[in-house]
Amino acid sequence: MDKLLFGDNQFFGVNHMSEEKARAQAMRFQDIEAVISVLDAAYDEGVRTFMCTTHERIELVADRVRANPERYADFQFYPCMPYAHKYANAVTELGILGTLKKFTPDEGLISAAFKGGISLATKDVEGIAKLLIDAEMKMFAGLRTPVVFLQNVVVDLLLGLKFYEAFRIFADHIKAAYGAEPGFITMNMPLLVSVLADLGIENPIICANINKAGFRMCGGIEAYEQTLRTHSFRSIAMSVFASGALPASEAIEWVCAQPNLESIVFGASSRGNIRNTRELVDRYWEN
Amino acid sequence: MIRVAVVGLGKMGMSHYAIVNAHPDVQVVAVCDGSSYITDVLEKYTGVKTFSDFGQMLAKVEMDAAIIATPSKAHASMVKACLEKGIHVFCEKPFTLNPLEAQELTALAKERGLVNQVGYHYRFVGAFQEVKRLLDAKAIGRVTHVLAEAYGPVVLRPKGSTWRTKREEGGGCLYDYAAHPLNLLNWYFGMPTAVGGTVLNSIFSKETDDEAYATLHFEGGLSAQLSVNWSDESHRKMSTKLTLLGTNGRIVADRQEVQVYLRDASAAPADYREGWTVRNTTKLTEEVWFYIRGEEYSAQIDHFVRSAQDGRETVNSFASAAETDEVIAMLVADASRDLDTRAPVKTVTSKRKRFSIFG
Repeated sequence: MDKLLFGDNQFFGVNHMSEEKARAQAMRFQDIEAVISVLDAAYDEGVRTFMCTTHERIELVADRVRANPERYADFQFYPCMPYAHKYANAVTELGILGTLKKFTPDEGLISAAFKGGISLATKDVEGIAKLLIDAEMKMFAGLRTPVVFLQNVVVDLLLGLKFYEAFRIFADHIKAAYGAEPGFITMNMPLLVSVLADLGIENPIICANINKAGFRMCGGIEAYEQTLRTHSFRSIAMSVFASGALPASEAIEWVCAQPNLESIVFGASSRGNIRNTRELVDRYWEN
Repeated sequence: MIRVAVVGLGKMGMSHYAIVNAHPDVQVVAVCDGSSYITDVLEKYTGVKTFSDFGQMLAKVEMDAAIIATPSKAHASMVKACLEKGIHVFCEKPFTLNPLEAQELTALAKERGLVNQVGYHYRFVGAFQEVKRLLDAKAIGRVTHVLAEAYGPVVLRPKGSTWRTKREEGGGCLYDYAAHPLNLLNWYFGMPTAVGGTVLNSIFSKETDDEAYATLHFEGGLSAQLSVNWSDESHRKMSTKLTLLGTNGRIVADRQEVQVYLRDASAAPADYREGWTVRNTTKLTEEVWFYIRGEEYSAQIDHFVRSAQDGRETVNSFASAAETDEVIAMLVADASRDLDTRAPVKTVTSKRKRFSIFG
């Protein structure tokens, strides 16, 4: 993995600090050309991995990259699935079963699964999960997706339910069907690391908030430091600026000093900010 | 260690289940839902004991507390059954669909000495807690008006019938969305003395409201304007915002931040200054032990668990949620009044002209 990965929150009106900023960003990036121009700036600054939600608008980015293989020779996607609000709104409207029916292409299998009840339960979950994953991956056909992530809201829900088998189903399918590494995004990193270790999922890629402010680091900042130091996994830090609560230089200096960090994912809306972050990482990341 | 059962595994129930299941002081002893597919899969993969029948679960399982997250019309009878068995109750919002039932359940919980809480999670959002702190300090002086808004993209087209599409079963944007800002108004200012001008309007739904607007009058001349619409796609998810105007300034609060303008900062907490002060969620939010979808969801469950352990009264008691049920009933009654009796007087302009000093 590259040291720097480019995130996509800024493109979809996600801002943990301010609704006004979020709306301004949603307006600025409603034209896909504005998104692509920032991605181009990142690419030209050497930030060539786009870690993105499987939001329907990403399909337009994927189309552009597919259509210009020379311009984007080293461009790669790290898809993060699913785009949770799509499902959350559907669950409110249709219930959990109705949502599964809506988002799985093969209605026959789902209906059969619902009728089958417990005797089919093992196969059902695996079959449905594969269908959902394949539906989300469709937009990346023919593109490089060396790592595929499960979004934090799903990872952490499964973690809370102790529905651990789902992690293995996801990991196995990502490896088998896409030749990719499975990744897990979480707000509960120490807990997830120990659960995945117990499951025998070796050296997993785990993306979590890692920032000097301790913002959304469940289990506490000391537990995070300890886990980074003592466990075997490939860590990606997100929210390193704690949603803007930390000055850039202080934030990057601190995060680069953490043990066993492999990558940082960050979002930015201008070439100047992208370059600034890259230069800070070049300065503070020693190995 | 307290033993908890979760009843109803829809969106909120599943989320509560995952959160409470990760609580270090909780053992989830059973879950209950009418969908056998969901309970079968959970039992198979997590080993939790599952029931499709609530009565059987109560009869067979020993528990200290229950989380009720069923469709709203089922709340009252289930809460009552739990209380009668001496079980502490966390109930999803809205509490009941009938203020009289809400009062009976409040009295029953009190009589039995049981911990009771309703899932108005905005009281656990750092920014709205900060508003409470500022109001308690009288930071913006006497509050004269509040604009209470909530918008989001739930119903964007006509759709099939479920309990959420029927007002008599607790569906609609008044019960689902407006209940939240109304509950915050109750928290800050108590009960309104009157409501007026209520509009409960359908945009896409056949049997319930998709937008709700009203004026609420409180003691001391305070008024509040409610403006809620869940058919608004311009918002990525539910967005609740309060704007409070007072004799000494203004507070604007949403989930992300609090913006405060003060003419004079002497009554305000020390970290506020004259003019604008902006405080963000990153600073206002206390970290939680486990996070799924917002600190407030974890914090409210933790609050319930701790209250059940200590027998303490909760921030979101049945009594406080009963106030919100009562306000909702007032709004429904106001909206259904004969339009003729509250139509604006059309001749005011011409009459005024006749008496105008400007001739």
